[in-house]
Amino acid sequence: MSTSTPRERADIVLCPGGPMLLRGEHVVVDEHGEEHPTTRPVSAVCRCHRSASAPWCDGTHKLLPEKLRP
Amino acid sequence: MTSLPKPRGRLSEQVLAALADLPSTPVPAQPSAESEEDAALTLWILHELSYRGFADIDDRAERDPELFRLRCLLEDDLERRLRDRWPGRPEGAELGADFFDWVADHDGPSLARYVRADATETQVMDLLRVRSIYHLKEADPTSWVIPRLEAVPKAALVALQYDEYGVGDPARLHHELWARGMEASGLRPEYGAYVDEAPLEVLEQNNALSMFGLQRRLRAAALGHLAAFEATSSLPSRQLAQGLERLGFPAEMIGYYAEHVEADAVHEQLALREVCVPLAEAEPVLEPDVWFGAWSCLDLEARTARRLLDAWGVAA
Repeated sequence: MSTSTPRERADIVLCPGGPMLLRGEHVVVDEHGEEHPTTRPVSAVCRCHRSASAPWCDGTHKLLPEKLRP
Repeated sequence: MTSLPKPRGRLSEQVLAALADLPSTPVPAQPSAESEEDAALTLWILHELSYRGFADIDDRAERDPELFRLRCLLEDDLERRLRDRWPGRPEGAELGADFFDWVADHDGPSLARYVRADATETQVMDLLRVRSIYHLKEADPTSWVIPRLEAVPKAALVALQYDEYGVGDPARLHHELWARGMEASGLRPEYGAYVDEAPLEVLEQNNALSMFGLQRRLRAAALGHLAAFEATSSLPSRQLAQGLERLGFPAEMIGYYAEHVEADAVHEQLALREVCVPLAEAEPVLEPDVWFGAWSCLDLEARTARRLLDAWGVAA
């Protein structure tokens, strides 16, 4: 069996067509100046601007045509 | 502790008798089930010996060689039936790039869509009771896989499971959120309380998850199943929360689904990009089983949805 070599782990991951993954504890300030502290080991920040749970991803990007996805 | 279910045929009856009287009562030498349902319930009972056991049943039953042999035969039969139905790894598809679109293309009948706009309170109560078979041990079948992985997928899977298990807070643990939702809805929150009502399709969903988790050989199928499960959870959880709100269900039950909208939007990305893809890169021979597990998840959920919608007289 081959082994998967641990790479240096990214703290921020931009998912193709989807959200931005954010690792660790952070406070996200939205466009209205409201602060949203993270509550999970990894959080998904909306990039399609259509989430009903903004600033967090709620999977809505999957309903968009491909050219409108992030 | 969980009470034993009622038998559904000759085989489950014999196994229940053997469990109550080990090692004196012989376990059937062959799994001569009377029906698929009899076989599925028997396998569910045998799997539960490895989770939380049953009240009044000796914990050593888990390691009884005859019961274990029977479990293996029933699992082999379930795996064979799943592999026979599986159309095979999608040709030309790339796991990382194409998985979510492939899942979307395999969209089956949706219980969540029906609950959002049309289901009655009685139908939703039916759904909650049968969903409780899994949700009261939510995430547990996948935890069996952790020690079988290399560093990259292992660390990501543990991060995902840590969130499932409430980030160390038992009050936020997902199966605990579910139990509180059941209680607030006037349903029994005890583990396994409604197994007697679970139809064949629901038992098989649970059995497949346990089988994938318990067998190291099937670890890639367990993780593919996880990725497909998470990828079909966020949007349906929103629809379920809306349906429960429409029907005036308590905040605890709505909150369970609301939590899954955001949690599973993270988990689907982690399960695919940080668990399944690195696993398949490190052990390419396992990649087809990632697809097999994912397909099994979608297939078994479609069968459950058809069964429930049919029972409610709704066209799937």
